[in-house]
Amino acid sequence: MTPPDEPVLSVRNLSVEFDTRFGALKAIDNISFEIGRGEVLGVVGESGAGKSLTGSAIANLIVPPGKVSGGEIWLGGERIDNLPASKMRRVRGRRIGMVFQDPLTSLNPLFRVGDQIVETILTHIDCSPSVARKRAIELLGEVGIPSPEERIDSFPHEFSGGMRQRVVIALALCADPELIIADEPTTALDVVVQAQILDLLRALCDERGVAIMLVTHDMGVIAEVADRVAVVYAGRIAEIGRRDELISQPLHPYARGLMGAIPTVTGTDRELVQISGSMPRLTAIPEGCAFHSRCGRKFEPCAIQRPELMDHEGRKVACHLYNSERRAA
Amino acid sequence: MIPQSDGSVSIRKVGRQFDISDSWINRKFSGKPRQIVNALTDVEFEIKRGETFALVGESGSGKSTLARIVVGLLDASQGEVVIDSSLQTVRAAGGHGIQMVFQDPYASLNPRWRVERIVAEPIRTLNLVADKAQLSKRIDELLELVGLHPDDRKKYPHQFSGGQRQRVAIARALASEAQFIVCDEPTSALDVSVQAQILNLMRRLQEQLGLTYLFISHDLAVVRYMATRVGVLYLGRIVEIGEVAELFANPRHPYTKMLFEAVPKVDGGRSDRTRLQGEIPSPINPPPGCAFHPRCPVAVDRCRRDVPRLINQVACHVANAG
Repeated sequence: MTPPDEPVLSVRNLSVEFDTRFGALKAIDNISFEIGRGEVLGVVGESGAGKSLTGSAIANLIVPPGKVSGGEIWLGGERIDNLPASKMRRVRGRRIGMVFQDPLTSLNPLFRVGDQIVETILTHIDCSPSVARKRAIELLGEVGIPSPEERIDSFPHEFSGGMRQRVVIALALCADPELIIADEPTTALDVVVQAQILDLLRALCDERGVAIMLVTHDMGVIAEVADRVAVVYAGRIAEIGRRDELISQPLHPYARGLMGAIPTVTGTDRELVQISGSMPRLTAIPEGCAFHSRCGRKFEPCAIQRPELMDHEGRKVACHLYNSERRAA
Repeated sequence: MIPQSDGSVSIRKVGRQFDISDSWINRKFSGKPRQIVNALTDVEFEIKRGETFALVGESGSGKSTLARIVVGLLDASQGEVVIDSSLQTVRAAGGHGIQMVFQDPYASLNPRWRVERIVAEPIRTLNLVADKAQLSKRIDELLELVGLHPDDRKKYPHQFSGGQRQRVAIARALASEAQFIVCDEPTSALDVSVQAQILNLMRRLQEQLGLTYLFISHDLAVVRYMATRVGVLYLGRIVEIGEVAELFANPRHPYTKMLFEAVPKVDGGRSDRTRLQGEIPSPINPPPGCAFHPRCPVAVDRCRRDVPRLINQVACHVANAG
């Protein structure tokens, strides 16, 4: 278990590459962040920005031609990115729980949900099948499935989307993990059900002290549950900071554009801010800042030099605008 | 001569059932009764020229079924959709004056056709231009109208990003000179920054060309941004209908309230909302009375017996009594 003062997850200079016939594509380029106990880190970005890949890299689920080409991943003070596959299997599921976007494809349709949960418990925890079954019922109750004693013998197709996602969360919780990687856990669900699932994730965090990495493209979801937010663009972190600050006063022009582009329910009739163009393909990431071709505030260094992620008033932002030396020059 | 529609559309008591029973012989063996899904019941509203009427609701509430009936891809089991001035049902109008933009721009464009052919198809089918030179000019115009470059006409759909593909789909819808466009979740497959581009484009086109939209979405924030009026669907019935500002400021139906509370708010931060209960019930066996009563915090006895009718733009016994 993680000592209280140490972050549960620490990702240091992680890079992921894909070997293609056009050369190596850097899908994740030098990403570093930490998640503490009971903290929810929201990771936002457009499709293809590398959000999900970061999650997969942490769980060591990257398959060829992709490979982790650099960096370290520490879970509770132990380095896990260089563990052999057999040991990693004990970490995955035991210490890292995963929740994916589509609950129907992450459950085996041919097995009763109870059997799937019991199997996972037995794999990771030394106990008898009857104890495991009892625990499975407890878990299903905990994630808010009504009459879990009966539903434990249902098949996945007998659940609705929201209930299925609850089963998947129960499955992720089986072995009392320190970290849950939730990859777009509510994207396939309706708003009302989404709100229920988000409440559940938040409660898990507060009650059990689980650290959650919440990958999503929905700023609303982030605003609702995250403690800190990392904005990812073209494989790099553009800005990372506390949720309130980042949402009310984003620094990076991309983060600003992203916030302005979201219509709100309280709505005004002002035109939405639109970021022109779309994210560059990984094969054609421009020189300098990957965002500069879409940026309204670019100046000379943007096209030449990549901005590094630097501290700025308690937050970290990768933009030349906030680099005082650059500005002066 | 096809009569020109004036762009206003009325949906009159539209209902639609789907038969999902087993085959006759299987029913004889298993003894199971016929199973009918009521996808839509007595849906009635009018869309005025130049407005955006939005339909919201959870999955399974009948939004897309209604969209398909309105454009004529599906027949209504009861009721009819009438294009006002011509007093024609949509089917009879043969797609003239009404077009649809679909949710997934990856699936709605023929991958083997170049953009010019995709955009030209409605023009050719409806004989809107006299010769090839005019057709070519019209395609350039349309592409520029939706913010693409005329040089893009030789490209295939896979050479575009999602947002650009949706632009092509919009150009195709405009090619027929349609005044009324049904948009079924046009931005839910797109990223937020691209979504903003498409929403702004659709608003600009509406102003420029005086288009009328039926806009279907489950994203309430998008609806707030786009719509003039909103109808809320629950299990195939309209439960509330109203002007967008009024409805968002002061929702009256308990379901509408619940829906609004559930939306994660970017500006408000974490809200202390009342715990939301339950999920949309199966339309095969809808609850008796008001379909929402099992989830409703204010349900009274009458809600379990009588189906509420839409009175004063809201279908709720409690809201109408108080």
